[in-house]
Amino acid sequence: MTTTTTLPTEERVVRREALYFAVRNTKLMIGFGIVLFLLLVGIFGPILANVEDPNEYVAAAMLPPSSEHWFGTTTFGQDVFTQFVYGLRTTFVAGALGGGIAAVIAMVIGFVAGYRGGWVDEILNMLTNVVLVIPTLAVLLIINAYLGIRSVGVQALFIGLTSWPWAARSIRAQTFSLRNREFVDLARLSGMTTRKIITREIAPNMSSYLFMTFILLFGGSILIASSLDFIGLGPTEGVSLGLMLQNSTQWSALQLGLWWWFVPPGAGITAVVGALYVANVGLDEVFNPKLRET
Amino acid sequence: MLKVDNVTKVYKVGTFGGRTMTAVDTVSFDVRPGEVVSLIGESGSGKSTIGKMILGLTPVTSGSITVDGVPIQPGKDYYRTVQGVFQDPFSCYNPVFKADRVFALIKESYYPSVPDAEWTERVRSAIQDVRLNPDEVLGKFPHQLSGGQLQRLLIARALLLDLKLLIADEITSMLDASTRIDVLNLLAELKARGLGVLYVTHDLSLGHYLAERTVVLRRGTIVEMGLTSKVFDDPLHPYTRQLLSAVPRLHAPWDDIEPPATCLYHERGGVGGLLEADPGHYVACAQLSDC
Ligand SMILES: Nc1ncnc2c1ncn2[C@@H]1O[C@H](COP(=O)(O)OP(=O)(O)O)[C@@H](O)[C@H]1O
Ligand SMILES: [Mg+2]
Repeated sequence: MTTTTTLPTEERVVRREALYFAVRNTKLMIGFGIVLFLLLVGIFGPILANVEDPNEYVAAAMLPPSSEHWFGTTTFGQDVFTQFVYGLRTTFVAGALGGGIAAVIAMVIGFVAGYRGGWVDEILNMLTNVVLVIPTLAVLLIINAYLGIRSVGVQALFIGLTSWPWAARSIRAQTFSLRNREFVDLARLSGMTTRKIITREIAPNMSSYLFMTFILLFGGSILIASSLDFIGLGPTEGVSLGLMLQNSTQWSALQLGLWWWFVPPGAGITAVVGALYVANVGLDEVFNPKLRET
Repeated sequence: MLKVDNVTKVYKVGTFGGRTMTAVDTVSFDVRPGEVVSLIGESGSGKSTIGKMILGLTPVTSGSITVDGVPIQPGKDYYRTVQGVFQDPFSCYNPVFKADRVFALIKESYYPSVPDAEWTERVRSAIQDVRLNPDEVLGKFPHQLSGGQLQRLLIARALLLDLKLLIADEITSMLDASTRIDVLNLLAELKARGLGVLYVTHDLSLGHYLAERTVVLRRGTIVEMGLTSKVFDDPLHPYTRQLLSAVPRLHAPWDDIEPPATCLYHERGGVGGLLEADPGHYVACAQLSDC
């Protein structure tokens, strides 16, 4: 970069650069590759399988994997692969929705509390602490008893509304340390509004951090949803990876040696969460120019 | 132009603002167009706090700050004419963006309708004005540039606006000697253009070099103020004398100032904060505490 004849808008340049380094980062590519692959399986698998109900009894019981039934069948003769692709979809929905809701709440509260400080911070901090100490499971049991959690959406909403406090706290702490840096003053001197300063100066500075937070919330939501499914607080209809695990345990798949019943959902959950984490490590390198090998 | 009138700043410290700390105590001075006023004081004396209050980055606790008679209203319009350059150039740049983003933000806020090509020309000429080679500094990340380059880019950034007043807060303290002179020469040029400059420093010799008038600050209050030549050649206050005494004494803390037997302020029956000892040369009570 020797002669610059025009100065394109700075953000555009940064984005183009980030993309340049992103496609050259193996960790990021592998991590995103796996997530993308599983996401595509979750999206197109059910379309291709095209069954009315993934829990239908379609074949003989306890068949090991074969070309007919890729992941074998359950003790009831349900097709594990069909359940897997539908379950994957549900799991992505629960993770994205729950993690997304939690991330939005955490960012709004964390940014505002950290940037504003003072009494705003104290009130939001109190709110955060209250939600943090609420015994989530007990509340969920009560809600379930009264309303019943019947859909993935309600489950994700509940997860989102209860799992944000730790993220809000860490975003608040980061914002707090960043807002005292002089570039924030300089942005103010450039006529930027508070909202712009938060979204364009502070947030990009912790973008990999925010992404990691989202990943942890996303993964956390998947794990919470699976646990809820596992203890029987999941949606009553459909299938999820957690429900598959619950069924396989309930019907002693391990003892019966039906590994193909519990390995796919377990591996699916692990793969999604793990791949997102690997991608995040790569993303840190992309976003932080100092970590780039130049 | 700039008038700081009985300004006090009390910081709340500790949880729930339990304790307070008076960083600036009833300070008054002014800066006229085409004039450099240096604000001298040891670290922690409240210099940066005064700068930040003038820039509207932190509110005043009491008193008033006016520019051309109008109370300051921090915001886009105010910053078109009043700008600051800070001590640490490295922390003035958002490390995830390229350094020239500081120019892009100025364009976005103040010159959205200027065509890109023309803007680039303006940026390049401002960069040349601060004696940098645009090709060397544009398109780089802050960590790829030196402190001196970053500091000068910040001055170039301020040059893109129609400035009346520049707050320069210890802008040379992180620079090496030769760059320091360059930056000071730049300030002299700004002065020649009719800008008012508040030059905050703890470095006495350099303040002397540049400023018409000098304000000496100690623990948030002004102890002496007047023409630089007067303050430097004929210091009236024991604190100023000590500041100016060429050899810093080891072992003797700065606060061990022996109050003189006679205090000019009391002899002449000073009232309020400062006594006008000579025309335009003000001094505070020499007792350095309530008396
Ligand atoms: N945001 C703040 N909150 C509380 N105290 C502060 C804050 N900023 C500065 N201070 C205190 O005010 C005093 C003056 O600080 P400052 O204006 O930075 O001094 P200087 O620039 O002369 O070194 C110091 O004692 C400092 O600790
Ligand atoms: Mg300072």
